[in-house]
Amino acid sequence: MSVLFLLMGASFVLAVGFLLGFIWAVRRGQFEDTETPTLRLLTEDGGVKGNPLKEKKEPHE
Amino acid sequence: MDFAVALDHSTDLAAPGADVNQPCFHCGLPCADTSISLAEKSFCCAGCKTVFEILDAGGLQQFYELDRAPGVRPADEQGADRFAFLNDAELRATLLEFTDGQHARVTFHAPTIHCAACVWLLENLFKLHPGIGRSEVNFPRRRVSIQFDETKLTLSELAHLLASLGYAPSLNLGTPEESSKDPVARGLLMRLGVAGFAAGNIMLLSVASYFGLSPASEGFIQRAFGGISLALALPVLLYSASGYWASAWRSIRGRVLTIDFPIALGIAALFLQSLWDIAMQQGEGYLDSFAGLVFLLLCGKWFQRKTYERLSFERDYKSYFPLAVLRKTATGETAVPVARLNVGDRVIIRHGEIIPADSVLISPAASVDYSFVTGESAPLARASGDYLYAGGRQRGGSIEVEIVKVVSQSYLTSLWNSAAFSKSVRPDIATLTHLAGRYFTYAILAIALGTALFWWLYDPSFLARAFCSVLLVACPCALALAGPYTLGSAMRALGRHGFYLRNTHVVEAMARADAVVFDKTGTLTSARSQEVAYQGVPLTDTERAAVVALARHSTHPISRAVAADEVSDLAIADFEEVPGRGVQGRAEGRLFQLGSQRWLAARGDGAPSSYVAIDGDVRGRFVLKAAYRPAVRRVMESLARRFSLSIISGDGPGEANALEALCGECVEAKFQQSPFDKLDHVRALQSRGHRVLMVGDGLNDAGALKQSDVGIALTEDVASFTPSCDAILDAQVFGNLPEYLAFSRAALRVLRVAFAISLTYNIIAVSIAASGHLSPLVSAILMPLSSFTVMGFSVGATHWAARRMGVEDR
Repeated sequence: MSVLFLLMGASFVLAVGFLLGFIWAVRRGQFEDTETPTLRLLTEDGGVKGNPLKEKKEPHE
Repeated sequence: MDFAVALDHSTDLAAPGADVNQPCFHCGLPCADTSISLAEKSFCCAGCKTVFEILDAGGLQQFYELDRAPGVRPADEQGADRFAFLNDAELRATLLEFTDGQHARVTFHAPTIHCAACVWLLENLFKLHPGIGRSEVNFPRRRVSIQFDETKLTLSELAHLLASLGYAPSLNLGTPEESSKDPVARGLLMRLGVAGFAAGNIMLLSVASYFGLSPASEGFIQRAFGGISLALALPVLLYSASGYWASAWRSIRGRVLTIDFPIALGIAALFLQSLWDIAMQQGEGYLDSFAGLVFLLLCGKWFQRKTYERLSFERDYKSYFPLAVLRKTATGETAVPVARLNVGDRVIIRHGEIIPADSVLISPAASVDYSFVTGESAPLARASGDYLYAGGRQRGGSIEVEIVKVVSQSYLTSLWNSAAFSKSVRPDIATLTHLAGRYFTYAILAIALGTALFWWLYDPSFLARAFCSVLLVACPCALALAGPYTLGSAMRALGRHGFYLRNTHVVEAMARADAVVFDKTGTLTSARSQEVAYQGVPLTDTERAAVVALARHSTHPISRAVAADEVSDLAIADFEEVPGRGVQGRAEGRLFQLGSQRWLAARGDGAPSSYVAIDGDVRGRFVLKAAYRPAVRRVMESLARRFSLSIISGDGPGEANALEALCGECVEAKFQQSPFDKLDHVRALQSRGHRVLMVGDGLNDAGALKQSDVGIALTEDVASFTPSCDAILDAQVFGNLPEYLAFSRAALRVLRVAFAISLTYNIIAVSIAASGHLSPLVSAILMPLSSFTVMGFSVGATHWAARRMGVEDR
């Protein structure tokens, strides 16, 4: 029966990973605008949001 | 995604009299001729061609491959100084979200964003100017966030660049406050995620007990599973369900029972019983039901809060006022933020601009359109020295005024801030759900006490268990879910049809309304298509053509209506506009004049009209006919059967007969109503026991809209200003109003049936619990089953009702 606890431990690690991923996504505001990304997808360059070279200098949110 | 904005623009901007020619390569509007073209592409105007050139030079040709003619025709150029006011340090500080002197970030609201190509273009702005960094569009809110280098590009230059591309940022007095709002409740999403996580995992752990794993043989595993379940349930209890504890506590303190009280009681009983079972090793408890119910309840909350992000239901006069005006100084003119205007300042108001504060006219004459503020449809002629109230829109040439009162003390502002206009906050407690919840609580407490009494008499060892079982199984979750899912579905169905509700309570309030009050100007009549009628000595064809050609040069609404009706290519010589009086010019050697009664010394009754004089001889006049929306008669006939109807108008009684012929005699009509009269009218109806639904459009209706039980703002363009209200109705679907109201009543019937279904489940569950036979397995089946049945029924029946009423996608 001890294999049961091994499996449970593994599944919990996985589940907690998903939960943390979800919390991270909510914090980053990924659920705030679910419409614009679908439009960005339509363009060939996949929607480059501005000059990537400048980005590093810009302040973080 | 919808393209309503795009369609609106094509109709709005179509040049009058343009032949059906090749569509403009940039914006798709028909080109009048082929005179403006570049690289074998035709453009409707120089503005569109300029945008093409800018994009071509910036290497953004891909814009035109994303969609056919995806552009927006840029508004008429008002000079490069149009956004000069953004250079004001104080104003800039309120608009910029971040700045360190070099790197800055700003978010603009650009209502013309309408398609994927717009998003692409605005996110590639950096290719057009080296000073622009990352830009990001929020499509549903029609906003663009731009990071830029202040040393290379000023804020006003940035705004000007956007405007020259056709995405003029909308800037008004309310902009600084609006941009700070966060529309999405991250907290609710987080609670939902945690509850879902816990519910799923606890359910997996409980599967063993569903299949009858006996505690005797597997005692250790059962203890371990119980402990883990408890650990998973704690965050649900303390975090996810915290809203219910707070609400139940408020409910006790306020001595008003809401639905949240029995819910809190139920989930508390579930948790405590489980805790006891696990601690005493009597079983695994009901933690799967507990976490599952909290998860479902939060899902209902999430479903209920559908928001229309590009609409605002909270706008006040600030969104109507400009952010800055031109102030006259000793050396010239400078842009000044409206909030910093002082008494005695001289201000220039150009054509189409709003008078920001009460002032006195310095220029010889002005023509001020107060339709949005007073409901009076015709512009008022004002002479030098006249007092001008804030909120009017100047029509015609530029005028100079002297400020008499600061913005915050002007008529319009004080009207808005007046106590009469602030409605007492209607608590949501009066809704059907909370009412049902109240009776439910009394019944449950009675049954629980009755059960306790019974077992106390017959078998006291069963007392605690049975009492707790009744409480935990009586949790009115299905009841609480019926409201969000039924009304939420109804709200979505209406939203797909151009009727946007502020929240789900509005559906209920609409279904209960029994009196409808309409505003006339702008609501029953359309502000866009205004018809004129000619009265007087008949004009010959040539004379008529000359008058039409003359009218084309004027910005006066009546002249514009005259010019819109007919086409004329007659040339006008010696054209002259006398501001506030009229226009004159020569055609075929004769002097044609079109203007006010006083200017032409004509006789008349004072009705809004423009007089025609040829060689100084008054021939007749054009009268503005209110153009009623075609659906008015049908709407009135169909509503009259059920509602007591009334019409209140800021206009004079000139239209009384026409209105009665159109709407029937049972409609009460009131004329010359000030904003306060309108408010009083709604109050009077309410004091007679009516529940009032008011449909209006302007600032003059704002008080009445707020006071009424349901305030609906009608608008031609959902992106434009609407006064604060409960719902926004697209003018194009005005004719469907009776169907929408009938649908709201149908939705309420669905809700009642859903209540009945959930109560049936509760009665079954409570009778099992009262007999002391409730097991975790029964609870694990019964609770989700009742919730899902009610959810399925609510959504399904509402959709069915919507389809039957024609309020559904065909």
